[in-house]
Amino acid sequence: MKLHEQPIAKDLIAQHGLSDEEYKKIVEILGREPNLTELGMFSVMWSEHCSYKSSRVHLRKLPTTGPRVVQGPGENAGAVDIGDGLCAVFKMESHNHPSFIEPYQGAATGVGGILRDVFTMGARPIALLDSLRFGQLDKPLNRHLFKGVVAGIAGYGNCMGVPTVGGEVVFNDIYSQNPLVNAFCLGIARKDRLFKGLAAGIGNPVMYVGSKTGRDGIHGATMASDAFDEASEAKRPTVQVGDPFTEKLLLEACLELMDKDLLVGIQDMGAAGLTSSSCEMASRAGNGIDLDLTAVPRREPGMTPYELMLSESQERMLMIAKEGKEAEVLAICKKWDLDAAVVGRVTNDGILRVRDQGKVVAEIPAKALAEEGPRYERPNAPPPYQEHLQALNLDILPDVKEPTAALLSLLESPTIASKAWVYRQYDHMVRTNTLVRPGSDAAVVRIKGTNKAVAIATDCNGRYCLLNPYVGAGIAVAEAARNLVCSGALPIGLTDCLNFGNPERPDIMWQFILSIEGIKDACEAFGVPVVSGNVSFYNETNGLSIYPTPILGMVGLIEPADRAVTQWFKQAGDQIIVLGATRDDLGGTEYLRVAHHREQGSPPLLDLEAEKALQACVLALIGDGLVQSAHDCSDGGLAVTLAECCVSSPVHRLGAVVRLEPNGLRRDALLFGESQGRVVLSVKSSVVGQVLKTAEKMGVPAVTIGSVQGDRLVIDVAADRWGPGCRIDADLETLFDRWGKSLERTLEQE
Amino acid sequence: MNFGVIVFPGSNCDHDCIHVLSDVLGQKAIPVWHKESTLDGLDAIILPGGFSYGDYLRTGAIARFSPVMGAVKQFADEGGMVLGICNGFQILLEAGLLPGAMLRNRSLSFICRDVHVRVENAATPFTGRCRPGQVLKIPIAHADGNYYTDDVMLSQMKAAAQVVFRYCTADGQVTPEANPNGSLDHIAGVRNAAGNVLGMMPHPERSAEAVLGNDDGKLIFLSMLDALQKAKLKAVLT
Repeated sequence: MKLHEQPIAKDLIAQHGLSDEEYKKIVEILGREPNLTELGMFSVMWSEHCSYKSSRVHLRKLPTTGPRVVQGPGENAGAVDIGDGLCAVFKMESHNHPSFIEPYQGAATGVGGILRDVFTMGARPIALLDSLRFGQLDKPLNRHLFKGVVAGIAGYGNCMGVPTVGGEVVFNDIYSQNPLVNAFCLGIARKDRLFKGLAAGIGNPVMYVGSKTGRDGIHGATMASDAFDEASEAKRPTVQVGDPFTEKLLLEACLELMDKDLLVGIQDMGAAGLTSSSCEMASRAGNGIDLDLTAVPRREPGMTPYELMLSESQERMLMIAKEGKEAEVLAICKKWDLDAAVVGRVTNDGILRVRDQGKVVAEIPAKALAEEGPRYERPNAPPPYQEHLQALNLDILPDVKEPTAALLSLLESPTIASKAWVYRQYDHMVRTNTLVRPGSDAAVVRIKGTNKAVAIATDCNGRYCLLNPYVGAGIAVAEAARNLVCSGALPIGLTDCLNFGNPERPDIMWQFILSIEGIKDACEAFGVPVVSGNVSFYNETNGLSIYPTPILGMVGLIEPADRAVTQWFKQAGDQIIVLGATRDDLGGTEYLRVAHHREQGSPPLLDLEAEKALQACVLALIGDGLVQSAHDCSDGGLAVTLAECCVSSPVHRLGAVVRLEPNGLRRDALLFGESQGRVVLSVKSSVVGQVLKTAEKMGVPAVTIGSVQGDRLVIDVAADRWGPGCRIDADLETLFDRWGKSLERTLEQE
Repeated sequence: MNFGVIVFPGSNCDHDCIHVLSDVLGQKAIPVWHKESTLDGLDAIILPGGFSYGDYLRTGAIARFSPVMGAVKQFADEGGMVLGICNGFQILLEAGLLPGAMLRNRSLSFICRDVHVRVENAATPFTGRCRPGQVLKIPIAHADGNYYTDDVMLSQMKAAAQVVFRYCTADGQVTPEANPNGSLDHIAGVRNAAGNVLGMMPHPERSAEAVLGNDDGKLIFLSMLDALQKAKLKAVLT
């Protein structure tokens, strides 16, 4: 048998995104030149997207263990113990590049992929969240991308019957040519019934289930490992098309197959399709797989082994069934109208052997493909522009003159404004578990059959990460945890989706490494393990990189479920308390961008010890039933937080009268600065003393600033020797109009 | 009572209906696969929401050919209670068990939020627990809920009190602003002429527990239970 008919041309190697060094290594592994099919298989498996070649050495630093961890990174998704014999299975993944090329399908298939990652583990998905980044909406292209992505997420998630319960959307022109679409999914599985991607048991049948294989998405993984330029438009055919109906059938069929105990292992055919699923399952089990392409269901005749192995057609699974159970598996697939076929056997020689029409067309050690790809410790160096970015001379910026107008313009900044236009298009209630709907600090979803609920939040401020990647990434962890705690949840696990530019650039690598350090230190401080994740490099177009954007999805546990707290004021007469200290933190704020068109300075100080004390205090107060509402103070500072407390409730609007002592701070820093470690509480007046005492005991600064009352938000800033007093005064209608309706107005103007 | 919840490929509110009937109301509720051909032993049938056959072609257009629909039609013809919610309503329209058709929402996009509906006919087996004109808060979640029929049919339906729910404001005013999807005459739910088949776009199973924000939707299921118990009692007595 001759596997290589002609030597591979040099430009073909380059077209496959492989370096000369990498090609040499392939020849070394095979002991011969690869053929075209094999070259394609190596190309996708050794791409940045699949091999994590630039990130792996650094990802190892993240804390991934803990008493609750049932499954850490390396599987389809991570899992943490939530008691009652159950675990929460979750992961977040990017679909940035496809979403830029074709927003609807790119986003839809992103949702489809993350759902499969979760249900292959044996978990029924119960919640989706999406973290999105776009350029500002004054540009038609950005509106097109935003609308298309939201419609794609809705189209897929709604049809699947999995509620999309939250996430975030941030707008900044740096994402104009490279939007981010990160999809998060959480499912619930029995702890003793977690499924893994293992090709175990020599002789067991390898089965293909789901959509037929077509020519779509070939080299999607390689595309996602490259930067964009004008020619990217021509890559449209590599974006896959989603079919949520088939995925719904696949979900139900998989859960039924697992329930009937017919499977040994299972893996989604995601990026790099049949190649990745087969070699990864074989490699994890230390086995081989003998694959016969003749039996693979296909959409069109004449497909070559190269195309079949590299296709990224959606809604497909590769399963290892128990020997002798083939007929039962086929019968269940037939019930759900799904294509299914036995396409191979597990072997003991560690080789992924691919046959087509009786001929061996590829023969590669599975481990070499899946795990022995190149690893790079790429050079890193702080960018020359870093000093300029951090230099912020506040003395040349006048303090705020018209604080009411400043508040209103912040409220209608699309990053801060209500995202109701977005989540109204998502079915966020199906499965009837959504205790806290989108629009509060975290989404809260109950676990039926238990007394528990999970809270979920996603967070990352890319601007902070640009200005100081270490601090910015740490703040992302702290803020995600704070959002959960404000909902009454104890943080128990984390998934990360690390979006960066081109790792071959030392400045990008510098951002990446510092971000990992920031996440690591913050996770260790909070005792929250990272159980799954994804890295997306090459987020740049025409040489312009996105801000470093390590998005975190954090999961917390609420017990009992009815303890969940929301962010909005509940009742007139309640007292408003600010926990945590306000400092001169104007660097990197949304206020600075909106009012002074600057994205500069150092991000707010992150004091991990103070943050821990604050979060413990909020949890204790909620646990004692003392808290009416709790809202994390972040984008837009104290004034925006208070305004949101007044108008973000879905059922009522309540005013507030507040007086702030400046304590030597600039007015703008006091009102709009983004000091971390702060939470705005409202509590019944009868318990104010108790709340302040608890805070004092736990070492958390706490001050009563006013009360919930009337139909206006009034914030008085007292005069001190640094300056005169000032006042924010706006009626609730105006506040709601600017915060609640501006996004809709922007989008529906055309 | 024994409830059957039909499961079409792509149904996704089947679990939610079964949860409310069994866990909240303590009834027996079983999934009925769409390839079944009989509904023996069942007291009432629910066609749940979702995306049967992916909503491909047109909502409900393929599901109406499922084998079970013959049995559903027979069940209805014999006076059995059939409730179609959202996609279930769309399937009943396509199957001709209810009059009218669904168009795309006026906004052309999917809408998921709480709406208010006014009970226009409280003398049906699905609304017996409601007062005439009572306002219920129940969520909608659909892209095709823009109800349409021709003038002749509409006047017939009005004459026969077949319009059971209309979209309204929180205080019961039927206004264009309170109509979320452009539905003709603000219609949110209709019954058949005989009165034993109801289709509604809002999801009562999503608002049947106080922990989810409100439990107005429970009234629909409690009304059905009342009617079934009354019918059973009558059957025993005669």
